[in-house]
Amino acid sequence: MRIGVITFPGTLDDVDAVRAVRYAGAEPVSLWHADRDLDGVDAVIVPGGFSYGDYLRAGAIASLAPIMTEVVAGARRGLPVLGICNGFQILCEAGLLPGALVRNAGLHFVCRDLTLRVESTATAWTSAATVGQELLVPLKSGEGRYVAGPDTLAQLRDEGRVVFRYASGNLNGAFDDIAGVASADGRVVGLMPHPEHAIDPLTGPSDDGLVVFSSVLGAAVGR
Amino acid sequence: MARVVVDVMPKPEILDPQGQAVAGALVRLGIDGVADVRQGKHFELDVDDALDDETLHRIAGTLLANPVIEDWTVSRVAS
Repeated sequence: MRIGVITFPGTLDDVDAVRAVRYAGAEPVSLWHADRDLDGVDAVIVPGGFSYGDYLRAGAIASLAPIMTEVVAGARRGLPVLGICNGFQILCEAGLLPGALVRNAGLHFVCRDLTLRVESTATAWTSAATVGQELLVPLKSGEGRYVAGPDTLAQLRDEGRVVFRYASGNLNGAFDDIAGVASADGRVVGLMPHPEHAIDPLTGPSDDGLVVFSSVLGAAVGR
Repeated sequence: MARVVVDVMPKPEILDPQGQAVAGALVRLGIDGVADVRQGKHFELDVDDALDDETLHRIAGTLLANPVIEDWTVSRVAS
């Protein structure tokens, strides 16, 4: 399985995402923001960082990059797409995921290991996990507070599209402790914390994040 | 109480890469005819009626704007 990892100007975590793909047993494919095709990949990861310097709003400019036209078209066909941190912000700005990410409630940039709880395994990126499974992963963001309108929040809850919740304290004031959500078809997932930084105890707090990348190995069908 | 609006803009001679990024994104959206975009900040302050213009400009010039790189305007509006 080939998994694309997009690099925008200002992306930071593409190298770790590539490494996570390799650890999961897939072939990473580097994609560039100005590319106009996805090189036939079976899934796409939009990694973290500060794409385009967070100009205008975090993720706003990147959501209009040429490669994102292809990602949006791919997602409509069922291509699995994962957005991590700034990638989550980009997918929200691109309209692939509902809601938005705003400045942390305490105003502070939060950089800490924390526990996530898997709330749904009906997605391309959590199918190998179990509901209630706890993942020790880092969170590092200044604009990680998930917000959405009351109707959207109710819909996410009713449809089981809240994928991850903060289980060891809500450090950014996210509505309903939401750390990650999915599209209606479960193929597109975004989350603020960084599973790609937690794939090897040598370099991270755990290897709990690996399950996100191994989950997608079984989800390539339906492109 | 009075409503005061302070608009802060980068000086014309200061490069505004943020505005340029927005202009570039408009082109990618397929919108033609936007020659330039400059991005600034808009502040709304609810202040005591007694606060004079000199104080408002001091607020703008010492905190809301950096006089080296930004211009500002102060206006009282009906709240």
